[in-house]
Amino acid sequence: MTEPLLKVEGLKKYFPIKAGILGRVKNYVKAVDDISFAVQQGETLGIVGESGCGKSTTGRMLMRLLEPTAGKVFFDGQELTQLSNDEMRKARRDIQMVFQDPYASLNPRHTIEKILMEPLNVHNIGDPKERKKKVHEFLEIVGLSSYHAKRYPHQFSGGQRQRIGIARALMTNPKLIIADEPVSALDVSIQAQVLNLMQDLQQELKLTYIFIAHDLGVVRHISDRVGVMYLGQMAELADSEALYEKPLHPYTQALLSAVPVPDPEFLREEMLVAGDIPSPANPPSGCRFHTRCPFKMAICETTVPIFAEVEKGHSVACHLYEESRPQ
Amino acid sequence: MKEPKRILDVKGLQTTFFTDDGAIPAVDNVDFHIDEGEVLGIVGESGCGKSVTSLSIMGLVPSPPGKITEGEILFQDKDLTKLPERKMRNIRGNDIAMIFQEPMTSLNPLFTIGDQLREAIKIHKRDWSKQQIQDRAVEMMKLVGLPRAEGLMKEYPHQLSGGMRQRVMIAMALLCDPKVLIADEPTTALDVTIQAQILKLIKELNNRLNTAVLLITHDLGVVAETCERVIVMYAGKVVEEGPVNTIFKNPQHPYTRGLLESVPDMRYKKERLYSIPGNVPKPGTIQVGCRFADRCEFSFDRCVQEDPPLYQTADDHKTRCFLFDPKEAAEHDRTAVKS
Ligand SMILES: Nc1ncnc2c1ncn2[C@@H]1O[C@H](COP(=O)(O)OP(=O)(O)OP(=O)(O)O)[C@@H](O)[C@H]1O
Ligand SMILES: Nc1ncnc2c1ncn2[C@@H]1O[C@H](COP(=O)(O)OP(=O)(O)OP(=O)(O)O)[C@@H](O)[C@H]1O
Ligand code: SF4
Ligand SMILES: [Mg+2]
Ligand SMILES: [Mg+2]
Repeated sequence: MTEPLLKVEGLKKYFPIKAGILGRVKNYVKAVDDISFAVQQGETLGIVGESGCGKSTTGRMLMRLLEPTAGKVFFDGQELTQLSNDEMRKARRDIQMVFQDPYASLNPRHTIEKILMEPLNVHNIGDPKERKKKVHEFLEIVGLSSYHAKRYPHQFSGGQRQRIGIARALMTNPKLIIADEPVSALDVSIQAQVLNLMQDLQQELKLTYIFIAHDLGVVRHISDRVGVMYLGQMAELADSEALYEKPLHPYTQALLSAVPVPDPEFLREEMLVAGDIPSPANPPSGCRFHTRCPFKMAICETTVPIFAEVEKGHSVACHLYEESRPQ
Repeated sequence: MKEPKRILDVKGLQTTFFTDDGAIPAVDNVDFHIDEGEVLGIVGESGCGKSVTSLSIMGLVPSPPGKITEGEILFQDKDLTKLPERKMRNIRGNDIAMIFQEPMTSLNPLFTIGDQLREAIKIHKRDWSKQQIQDRAVEMMKLVGLPRAEGLMKEYPHQLSGGMRQRVMIAMALLCDPKVLIADEPTTALDVTIQAQILKLIKELNNRLNTAVLLITHDLGVVAETCERVIVMYAGKVVEEGPVNTIFKNPQHPYTRGLLESVPDMRYKKERLYSIPGNVPKPGTIQVGCRFADRCEFSFDRCVQEDPPLYQTADDHKTRCFLFDPKEAAEHDRTAVKS
């Protein structure tokens, strides 16, 4: 196998919880707690999980918009976590982000042209004339028109704004796009347009995606491989097909069985997990899912399961599979 | 078979917002009914008028700028649009109850869960003793599956998770055995494992208490899973109505078909999603003709010249599309969805 485009090892982010007027650190929110994965050139890795499990924190750390508490990020032959701020700024030309809320992420006082031009200015790409040309080119690529360049964000619909967000991310010809819930705020009919656009762009421009979302249908549709996070950790990671057809981790099984399917005749295998997601400030001992897991064993309460391959390309962190691992 | 009893009958409802941009009919000539004990879904994309429909039933349309400008809402032979606020308040607590998307905004952060439940009971049961009220509050909390009811009564809303808060809201809504429960996106703010719990609870309560439920959602999966009958709305209008099985297996309106084709299905991978071109029109921008005409791949001259009526296409199926006018059927092949 070729060297992956991105490799993450033991990534952690602990946010301090401060207390009292002196602001002493009382505890930590273990938002991301020791995750490792790799992304191959040209593929889409989906990351799913419920609210607060650490998806966005992970995405932001990959670009060092957030400094990791621990762990290493390798990208295209460089260790990003070793770069100086200046070097990191340069490296960001190759990694761009698309956010959930196209409203909040576009400056309302700037024209679309100015918004799209900015990454070119920052990275010193081309002269003013070339930059302008590029803006118009990319507006067309994402299905808008060059006459849109003089307009302001509020003059666009949600779906159009998300196209602008995508165009902005593409301006620097990045290799990797981290999309954090890029279609969650959109209506179904508009969501389909944006997903198709992202797939077309990936083909045309040979892009690699990390696609973060909580909608399991959307993630299956767009991803080659999928990672499932629970309380700051990776519970399972596998080829999309394997993960959806033969989920191994009880949490993945529960998650999949909870998704409402748009077919009234579909009889689900019900696996309702009881209770709520525990707080990441005070995660359960052992396996973090043990408080809700229907298959819990004694060892689950005391020992953290290792995240490792059970079958080729299929990793899971669960004591049920400890035996079946290739030694 | 016994004819089911209609409990709520909405006829020709129009709710208009009078704004700087002019009069916007957010809900435009909407007809539907709810039978006793059934779960009816309203589905549609953002801004199509789902919430305004439910607020109209509850008499809670913000006014100004909004106002019910036409139609009637019949509940037990009374037209709710004509009732004075004082009488409406009575209906709201006792007969028709509503829960919203974000339970936090409907709970008072300064009072304990117990205070709020007891207060709500007191309003309706003025002659009850303290003990009776307390017992009823605990009973309701158990009914909606909240653990350690007594302890939770002493806690404040922010100490509860989103799913628990939604359970509290359901408990409050059901305090007086309402005939109809309107749930406006009750699980949209919740995680999917918690959503599954809440939907299951709503179905159980519907079964056990025979409360009719009007479930509003933009999620076709939630409709398929929870409802018996469904209404599809687009730009302020009902475009299709029928039993859930029919609508999902044999959708008629081009919008409904497009919508169903565009949802990714978790069970298998579609090579490419169908996508409806264009955007949802802002309400009020299309004055005449089918509201979907500019995005519809079947549209023909008549679609932009006249408003299509809701055609009865089967005993229990209605569609607002000229393709289903018997006069047009010969000329248009309405079965082929190009994609
Ligand atoms: N700046 C911060 N300071 C303290 N805690 C934080 C901060 N950012 C995130 N957290 C916490 O870290 C955890 C993970 O948050 P994150 O935003 O990564 O979750 P997520 O998986 O993206 O959730 P969602 O689906 O809701 O977007 C949460 O418990 C969150 O409250
Ligand atoms: N207070 C208001 N003032 C002016 N217009 C309003 C107001 N409330 C609603 N509207 C209009 O009514 C239309 C329907 O709104 P409604 O809230 O019913 O949509 P919805 O179907 O519930 O959408 P969503 O899925 O986003 O909740 C909107 O497009 C909006 O233009
Ligand atoms: S009435 Fe015409 S435009 Fe409207 S949905 Fe039917 S065919 Fe399409
Ligand atoms: Mg997030
Ligand atoms: Mg609404």
